[in-house]
Amino acid sequence: MSCIETIADYGLRSLGMGERLLPRSDFTLCQQFTLIGSGMIWNIYFGVLALAAGFFLANALAMAKAAPSPVVRKPAEWFIFLFRGSPLFIQFFLAYEALVLLPRAGIDIFGLTVETGWLTRAWAGALIVLFLNTAAYSAEIFHGALMAIPKGDLEAADAYGLSGWKKFRRIQWPTMLRLAWPAYTNEAIFLFHATTLVFFSGFPAFQQRGDALYYAKYFADKTFNPFVPYPIVAFYFICLTLLVIWLFGLMNRRLNRHVPAARRPRLRVRPQIIR
Amino acid sequence: MFASCADPKSLEGLSWLLCYLTSGSHIAFYWSFVTVLVLLAVTAPVALAFGFAGAVAARSHLWPVSVAGKTYTAMVRGIPDIVFFLFFVIALDQGIEWVTHQIRCPDWTEPVRQGLEFRVCPSAKVPPGNAAQIWHQIYGFGLAVVTFAIVFGAFVSNVLTGAMNAVPRAQLETAESYGMTQGQVFRRILVPQMWIYALPGLSNLWMILIKATPLLFLLGVQDIVYWARELGGTKTSLYAYPHPDWRLYYFLALLVFYLGMTRLSEIVLGRLTRRLSFGQATAAGEAQRKAAA
Amino acid sequence: MKKLILTTALLALAAGTAAAQQTVRMGTEGAYPPYNFINDKGEVDGYERELGDELCKRANLTCTWVKNEWDSIIPNLQSGNYDTIMAGMSITEEREEVIDFTQNYIPPLASAYAAISPDADIEGGVVAAQTGTIQASHVAESGATLLEFATGEETVAAVRNGEADAVFADKDFLVPFVNESNGEFTFVGEDVPLGGGVGMGVRKSDTELKEKFNAAIQSMKDDGTINAMIRKWFGDEIQTF
Repeated sequence: MSCIETIADYGLRSLGMGERLLPRSDFTLCQQFTLIGSGMIWNIYFGVLALAAGFFLANALAMAKAAPSPVVRKPAEWFIFLFRGSPLFIQFFLAYEALVLLPRAGIDIFGLTVETGWLTRAWAGALIVLFLNTAAYSAEIFHGALMAIPKGDLEAADAYGLSGWKKFRRIQWPTMLRLAWPAYTNEAIFLFHATTLVFFSGFPAFQQRGDALYYAKYFADKTFNPFVPYPIVAFYFICLTLLVIWLFGLMNRRLNRHVPAARRPRLRVRPQIIR
Repeated sequence: MFASCADPKSLEGLSWLLCYLTSGSHIAFYWSFVTVLVLLAVTAPVALAFGFAGAVAARSHLWPVSVAGKTYTAMVRGIPDIVFFLFFVIALDQGIEWVTHQIRCPDWTEPVRQGLEFRVCPSAKVPPGNAAQIWHQIYGFGLAVVTFAIVFGAFVSNVLTGAMNAVPRAQLETAESYGMTQGQVFRRILVPQMWIYALPGLSNLWMILIKATPLLFLLGVQDIVYWARELGGTKTSLYAYPHPDWRLYYFLALLVFYLGMTRLSEIVLGRLTRRLSFGQATAAGEAQRKAAA
Repeated sequence: MKKLILTTALLALAAGTAAAQQTVRMGTEGAYPPYNFINDKGEVDGYERELGDELCKRANLTCTWVKNEWDSIIPNLQSGNYDTIMAGMSITEEREEVIDFTQNYIPPLASAYAAISPDADIEGGVVAAQTGTIQASHVAESGATLLEFATGEETVAAVRNGEADAVFADKDFLVPFVNESNGEFTFVGEDVPLGGGVGMGVRKSDTELKEKFNAAIQSMKDDGTINAMIRKWFGDEIQTF
């Protein structure tokens, strides 16, 4: 079987398309690269959606944490502490255990039956955990940046007669984002790394549709040789990391385009704070 | 543990629970908390040493050294730690045995790799095949420490490189003008001054290190997650203390443990930051000066 | 260099004093009752523990027990972290390509489906199995939807909470769960014979060790002690030699 055929059969296996049975004997490098690459679809799915949704919640949380009123501030602080203070591994486990407790038949709300079964599936349940998790981490980063906005910027805003929402929208928020961006890039990288934990604790693989690490484990298990599949995962992740750094670098350029060229910060690939 | 626990099947209620929670396997579970704490205590300085070496190497003027330092940090950053843990320990273990094999059995003619099998001469086994179980455990623990230290050393190296660059250039120039050599500037000024700049990053890393310990069971160390899974699972009447699936409670206990560790670390690190900020040319140091004045 | 010589000397010394009697390290999972499990004293217990100790006695070997995750149990055997695997491991062709097995110490055994509803769909429904077992491969081929978990415990839990329609595992593993569930669980469908029985895994190069254990197992089969031991752990209904 040529490599092209293998890619056609297994390229979308992680989504349940193509050959139903996984390769069972005579494992080739091509099969390992194809299936593990197919699993990367899930890593990217989890990473991109959790980041996109988490970004909005993180902004809200950062603002809430900076609020003077304890009614708003305290819940935000507790939320951030809960998700930043415990291992993701345990969060996944507990989330799965909690989600399977939901009634199977669905919940009745005003006569409408809300299905709950899908929540225990990794694509939804794990995504929710990752979304809340990254929101907490990003909120901490954004909050730090919000506190670090130069006093002069705020005074200039006052001098221009900006206040309230307008001041926030035009001055505070863009500056916060600009300051937080390097740390946020790092958060994105580590969130992608964290997606490998999805099928590792709690959430089961459905019909052998799993992420890159799931397939790597499958091959390590079948070939009894861990020295091939795991480095393949590592290779894919290095590529993904480079891609993320490049994309976030583009955004960084946009955020800093008004700053004089000489003082324009390059996206530092060595931020101080990681997850 | 208690004499009254001799016949667990006859016990009920609180006394059953007391006996259950003091059974041999639970004592092992409590010890595994100590294992995790010891691992943290040992790994942190080792990782700091690895990171320091990496940061110094990355600053080196010799390009092979600096490339090696930079590759090390970049590589670990790109790869999820879990993937690293899954194959690196076996590789490290085999690497050590291969080296002892070369030293101690130079006359061995059979190949070390036979297909997938890895076979060194008996005297090159680390630890020796007939060593007491405790040595095997210590060795396994040591491998885990080194693996953790390599991964976290790369992050430490990131932080320290940044901190070294953050030390005000003027301080170093002053030292040079006093006639200090490069080595003296490094030892007497750069290293003592960089800690305050490194501390936020290092505190953050410490938190990550704490939160990475649930992956210890991947490295063959029987840690708290291993025991929580093992003890929480359904116990049929084959066991002295049968019970249904209690994993949820065990994992909730772990959650509390981790949140407590995080909170405690936050308090201690906060104090340390205040101590180190004293007299520094940073915003925090300036605030302290003003408050005192 | 001096340091190197010193370390080598120390290592040689350590090896010399202890080389008098080689210890055989027995690898097991410790999470598959009644084959092997961790008892309430925190020690390895179960059928394989008792059998293994008896085999070592008959073969004149000193043995210690080592726990290892199921996932990496074969790679760790090959890299020499222990010398045998006794972990309820069925003899299959796939595994025989990389390691050797002694003769079986449990006859080829039946795998079974257990479910809460007696008419659970085991051919088209969702079936839970432990990752990397022969049962998982079987379900993947059977047309049912395979749901994989890292441990046996989780597969049973998945049926209990409705995540899966049925669980497919070694029948002996499921029997205690079904018997003690007060009628919650029942066996569904026919038993499926899988694998060539359970044997002890050894490295391909360890032929001498394998022969020693083969002889010991044979002697236990000949005098019938192995059947008594199987009945003690698995009940009277199980197939014996």
